[in-house]
Amino acid sequence: MTDINLVPEPQESLPDLSVSNDQGILQWISSVDHKQIGILYLWLSVLFLVVAGSEILLVRLQLAIPNNHLLTPEVYNQLFTMHGTTMIFFVAMPAIFGFTTYFVPLMIGANDMAFPRLNAFSFWTTFFGGSLLYFSFIAGGAPDAGWFNYAPLNQYNYSSSPGIDYYCAGLLFAGIGTVTASVNFVVTILYYRVPSMSLKIMPLFVWMILINSFLVLAAFPSLNAALAMLLLDRQLHAHFFSAVGGGSAILWQHLFWLFGHPEVYIVILPIFGIFSEVFPVFSRKPIFGYSMVVGSGIAIALLAFGVWVHHMFATGLGNTVNGFFAASSLLIGVPTGVKIFNWLATMHGGAIRFSVSMLFAIAFLIEFTIGGLSGISFAIVPIDWQLTDTYYVVAHLHFVFIGGTLFGLLSGLFYWFPKMSGRVPDLRLSKWFFWLFVAGFNITFLVQHALGAMGMPRRVYTYPDLPGWGILNLISTIGAFLMAAAVGLLVYILIKALKKGVIATDDPWDANTLEWTTTSPPGLKNFDRIIPVKSARPFRDYKRPADADWKTNPADSITAKPNSHGK
Amino acid sequence: MPDHLFLNISGSSIFDAASPQAVRIRQLMIEFIIAATAILLLVAVLTTYISVKYRSKRQQEEPKQIIGNRTLELWMVGVPLALVTLFFFRSMATMNAVLPDPAGQHPDVIITGHQWFWEAVYPGTTVSTANEIHLPVGKKLLLQLDAADVIHDWWVPALGGKMDMIPGRNNYLWVTIDRPGIYEGACSEFCGQQHAWMRIRVVAQLPPDYAQWLNREAAAARMPQDALARSGAALFMESTCGSCHRVRGTTAAGIAGPDLTHFGSRITMLTGMLENDSANLNHWLTDPQQVKPGAHMPRFIFAKDSIRSLTTYLEQLK
Repeated sequence: MTDINLVPEPQESLPDLSVSNDQGILQWISSVDHKQIGILYLWLSVLFLVVAGSEILLVRLQLAIPNNHLLTPEVYNQLFTMHGTTMIFFVAMPAIFGFTTYFVPLMIGANDMAFPRLNAFSFWTTFFGGSLLYFSFIAGGAPDAGWFNYAPLNQYNYSSSPGIDYYCAGLLFAGIGTVTASVNFVVTILYYRVPSMSLKIMPLFVWMILINSFLVLAAFPSLNAALAMLLLDRQLHAHFFSAVGGGSAILWQHLFWLFGHPEVYIVILPIFGIFSEVFPVFSRKPIFGYSMVVGSGIAIALLAFGVWVHHMFATGLGNTVNGFFAASSLLIGVPTGVKIFNWLATMHGGAIRFSVSMLFAIAFLIEFTIGGLSGISFAIVPIDWQLTDTYYVVAHLHFVFIGGTLFGLLSGLFYWFPKMSGRVPDLRLSKWFFWLFVAGFNITFLVQHALGAMGMPRRVYTYPDLPGWGILNLISTIGAFLMAAAVGLLVYILIKALKKGVIATDDPWDANTLEWTTTSPPGLKNFDRIIPVKSARPFRDYKRPADADWKTNPADSITAKPNSHGK
Repeated sequence: MPDHLFLNISGSSIFDAASPQAVRIRQLMIEFIIAATAILLLVAVLTTYISVKYRSKRQQEEPKQIIGNRTLELWMVGVPLALVTLFFFRSMATMNAVLPDPAGQHPDVIITGHQWFWEAVYPGTTVSTANEIHLPVGKKLLLQLDAADVIHDWWVPALGGKMDMIPGRNNYLWVTIDRPGIYEGACSEFCGQQHAWMRIRVVAQLPPDYAQWLNREAAAARMPQDALARSGAALFMESTCGSCHRVRGTTAAGIAGPDLTHFGSRITMLTGMLENDSANLNHWLTDPQQVKPGAHMPRFIFAKDSIRSLTTYLEQLK
């Protein structure tokens, strides 16, 4: 093959977090290196976190007092719609894909993804999808029908600004990026592991990404189809979702939630993977019930496609349909809930080190339990009838998305930051960040459970001065600003660490998996040689050959042959 | 907003149950809270205890490596499975009690959600009204819930669960109100710009009071009482007000906006947004978009005198 060298590809310098590579910014734009693309995903996520966070601060200011006139309803509706859409599609997903793109090849002993150029394509379509969505602000108005964008409010008669068209186009673009990235993850994981790494000893983070990628491949077609149909409705006067023209308003909800509920698991399964790496390392014990963690992950992925109607219990589908989906929704709580006990049992009897990563993991156990339990209340149909579409839901979903997804991402960030940057963040400041963020988060969202039970619907631009509503909303707003201050501190910590942080060692946490056998940050070529992989903790086996996992637990390692003996 | 608008309102939380339907759901909610609190306490205590007890000590050797325990794992799956099974049967029983299939039954009231008001029609009578919905106490009522434009959602927490109003289909909700009072609620499905000001007011009355109200409501609109009101009425008819609003007994027969036949007898206006008084009415007729941005009421450029006469006419529609 002729070597057409039009694209400047990196030759030697290390792809750390700075732009000072041998080819400068051009190298980042043209890179097909999985580590650089992973970092691009992460920066994209930080950028949109700041944007979507600012949007919600305005919303919280508007809600700080009853009958407030700071924002018009028109602006308010655009802000909360963009906040939700951005946080899901352009903060949570890119952050997860960033860690995945960076660490899956490293954890399975590969030098890059299966399709490096497709990898770059996935990132840039996601980037352009987000840009397109935000272009709506200057093109005549952002989408204003909420992130789940119900029909027929999403039709041209009720929302005539081009915002919802940009919503469709932006999410279609990002969706293409998401689907191609997931194909890439599946192929990489199935074909590029070091030969001795069987599925039975694959790191749990990689396992969760494998399961998750199939979830993406099955869920996104439903969203993409719905978006294409909606574009036809709006641009070509089709009427898939307009009852007046013979369409069905509720069809949108089925298509959206058939994607939307698996999506909730799509942004939590990889987090379970991160925690299944963090808990063992900082407890200095193997994961408790490896096969159970994998099995419950698969169970969640399968059940995820049978629970979507619990978003629609109040649409009047009848008790038979509701009963079926109540059963499946209650059932999916079990494999999700047991993981909490897997991690607790992993900590039990261990030697726990309170790194910032571990602090977030421990806080997650409690916060995610709150979010999980309040989630169960929506599977109990009559309680759902009272609480759905109130501030109780807002509280619930933020306990899941922040107490679950974001805590996991932050845990992963503090765990892998030394590996990615070669620097260690300031420990004292990082602990300040942890406590400030956890405090702000709980102040913001705990009170919203009460607001929902007291009758406050979600998505209202203002509210009457009913007893207790004003003060609880004010508390929530104060909490939100505390969180914003914490995020500001985090950005400072990261920049400070990149500029003059202490140089990190290659294996600062005494960890178990292959990514820690590389330099910090890893060289352009990840591995020149790879240590033997005979169990789920190859690096520990290498460091402690005397009591390596494959010797002490032959049943759980690939060397388990009829004639081999354990101790 | 004047505080006294909300002074005589019964509690509006889901725990202030005032119907057997809401009581059943509250009972289930309390059971759930007890179970959830127990689980949360278990996790919180275990997390704290384990974190403190097993914190790493200086120079510590690697702890014993445990990879699992089948018995414990069975318990970890079994106990939650038993709990959710219990709650499944509890919720099926509650669902069937709260919302039995209404097949074949005629609704007592038909409520339609519009952007942004509630229209209530009482079958078997000529009554049609808006926003302040009167219902009799002590009778098991079937509400038919429809939507005229986008999806809305009927929710009065003290009276039970919510139910969506979806264009193109009819939904139903049972409610039996235990005691007289005013019950606050709100539209709970995002329905556009003025979703926030789509408040619900259910006025629950003893059967004799309710019958009296129904009789008065069924009557045609009162004739204007004085010269000012008469000129207001004339203005109302000759302007295009009647294309959207109905005043029974006159030529105004529109159906896009709220029925105004007995507008003057309502306590609030603009779906619970403001007190129904002449100052607010004046303000609203002067510039609707400033009072309630996005509302479908167009701005008519009336002279000040005309607005005063319109206000007088509307207030006399008791």
